[in-house]
Amino acid sequence: MKGTEEENLLSEVTEKNYKYGFTTEIESDTIAPGLDESVIRTISKKKNEPDWLLDWRLEAFAAWSKMEEPEWAHVKYEKPDLQSISFYSAPKQKKELASLDEVDPELLKTMEKLGISIEEQKKLSGVAVDFVMDSVSVATSFKETLGEMGVIFCSLGEAIQEHPEIVRKYLGTVVPQRDNYYAALNSAVFTDGSFCYIPKGVRCPMELSTYFRINQAGTGQFERTLIVADEGSYVSYLEGCTAPQRDENQLHAAVVEIISHDQAEVKYSTVQNWYPGDKDGKGGVFNFVTKRGICHRAAKISWTQVETGSAVTWKYPSCILKGDDSIGEFFSVAVTNNKQQADTGTKMIHIGKRTRSTIISKGISSGESQNSYRGLVQIHPGAENARNFSVCDSLLMTDRCGAHTFPYIEVKNPTAQIEHEATTSKIGEDQIFYCQQRGIEEEEAIGLIVKGYAKDVLNKLPMEFAVEAQKLLTISLEGSVG
Amino acid sequence: MLKIKNLHAKVGDNEILNGLNLEVKPGELHAIMGPNGSGKSTLAAVLAGREAYEVTDGMVEFEGTDLLDLEASDRAREGVFLAFQYPIEIPGVSNLNFMKAAVNAKRAHHGQPPIKAKDFLAKVKECSSLVELDGRLRDRSVNEGFSGGEKKRNEIFQMAILEPKLCILDETDSGLDIDALRVVSKGVNAMRSPDRAFIVITHYQRLLDHIIPDFVHVLSNGIIVKSGGKELALELEAKGYDWIKEEQNA
Repeated sequence: MKGTEEENLLSEVTEKNYKYGFTTEIESDTIAPGLDESVIRTISKKKNEPDWLLDWRLEAFAAWSKMEEPEWAHVKYEKPDLQSISFYSAPKQKKELASLDEVDPELLKTMEKLGISIEEQKKLSGVAVDFVMDSVSVATSFKETLGEMGVIFCSLGEAIQEHPEIVRKYLGTVVPQRDNYYAALNSAVFTDGSFCYIPKGVRCPMELSTYFRINQAGTGQFERTLIVADEGSYVSYLEGCTAPQRDENQLHAAVVEIISHDQAEVKYSTVQNWYPGDKDGKGGVFNFVTKRGICHRAAKISWTQVETGSAVTWKYPSCILKGDDSIGEFFSVAVTNNKQQADTGTKMIHIGKRTRSTIISKGISSGESQNSYRGLVQIHPGAENARNFSVCDSLLMTDRCGAHTFPYIEVKNPTAQIEHEATTSKIGEDQIFYCQQRGIEEEEAIGLIVKGYAKDVLNKLPMEFAVEAQKLLTISLEGSVG
Repeated sequence: MLKIKNLHAKVGDNEILNGLNLEVKPGELHAIMGPNGSGKSTLAAVLAGREAYEVTDGMVEFEGTDLLDLEASDRAREGVFLAFQYPIEIPGVSNLNFMKAAVNAKRAHHGQPPIKAKDFLAKVKECSSLVELDGRLRDRSVNEGFSGGEKKRNEIFQMAILEPKLCILDETDSGLDIDALRVVSKGVNAMRSPDRAFIVITHYQRLLDHIIPDFVHVLSNGIIVKSGGKELALELEAKGYDWIKEEQNA
């Protein structure tokens, strides 16, 4: 391809606006920036939390205060100044909403712009939605329908009030307070998030969905999600993320914990589209997230993620395969463009016998971005006949971007079977020309080729999410070949 | 339909076409033969609009418009089809979706609505029987894991779906066994019509036993050095290319 064409296309893509870059004029209840023990007490008090939770937060804070921000990831960024951000921001509204009519109309507009008009969702798609803006959960639809089956789906804040015994039993059991720097921070200051409990033997009849949005300037989002699937139950859970366009970096340090009891199955799908910063790398969200699930006997957890946003992404949705015959899966498409950086992958910890894991990671790098896969497959001594199969593919769109693969394999049981495949390819001029010769324009051709490349992962997403993810992939990469 | 005048083209610093002239009328089938490196595939690539090939002089007129002025995708939509010598694999993209995107791109270009699923499937059925392409190959990713012969049959299948005005076949016979050659030739012959033209690029006479050309041209050092009827191909087969070079030098 000629150099000038390339430049034209690249400038075209960099002029593409981030679709979700609006802010919403909602009066917010935001506390002063900075972090100390009193801030944590304030958050806990504002949320009317029980003492055990305040103590839990303070323990986390004490641990975090002694920790250093880690530097081992293949990313470069200016460390966020945690004293300059506010750790609690809530859209102001009347308490105790009985119906959507009482929700701030500006807030409803935000949801509509995000394409998640709750009313519409209710009617059309049968997806139950929980919406978390800045720090608090604003609305959860379908609660009644789910309630009849014993499924609890609400904000974590509400769960703490209504179902403290379940929250207390599971909170921090998969991602302990002192697990890592950002998980500890989250444990100390998390303000809300989603909670979901599926009772024994219940197959949740609809997809449960949460949208996260950072709206207020100078705030961080520290949501925490807790999913408990009791014995023999099933749930498919979706998570979407957007943020307004801002010049400064915003911090998103979330924790997701999944407990999949004996023979239960949890599918967790994420379409992450936080604001990635502008073409020069100014602004954008730092996405430092700890996601982990534990599988008991013959249980299964599937992580599927489509990552297109964030200035810096740093996350490894992981599975602890504790129970015999349990299964962990990780399917990922990570797209980086311009100056974005992503260091993402998974950890599969095989403890039980005959545990199986599958990892399919598809990285797509464009512009001057850096895209790393980092994955750990660990077979413990007792994990007889454990199996892992990993595929890590990287697709390069330009000659200025980077793709890196860091696989770690630790095997302490000789009966384990581990397979690892990795490929790196550059998007072929031949492929694009072939499409063009059949009448398909370059832009469309790239979309087609990339979707084909990511198909194995996109196929794992629930229908309504797959469509959104495909659009997102195309938008993220429009005109970016070179 | 196609007028090529004084065409000069290069790749990098290598001048490959050096003033080529050719006129193709509707309904005609022109075979282009010549030794390795004579510029046959370059001619195909230049006509299809491959970017690495730079036209330095001359003109190409297709149906009264300047072909060289059009993007590769627009040339295709206007009815220029190139059957690749080495068809490209596109993993994860099903052959049928690929063809549907192509058909609809062409239809949009001509102001038509997207093709109806029923019509498309009927067309697919008709065209795949033409080249004995079974359902398995239609549904698989574009050319992925296809044998050499399957890839070439797929090219003719795509050509039949897209109904181009000008079909350029770049060494479609290379790598084909006798049976596949027969199937591919059958497909091409079925598509011959008074308003469709063909340029068939080949090394060997054997393809022209199945696809009978109206004209045979010999390309050497980037220009056509000899033209004739179908008997010229037989003469080349018998005598090789050296006598033409000698004739040229004389």
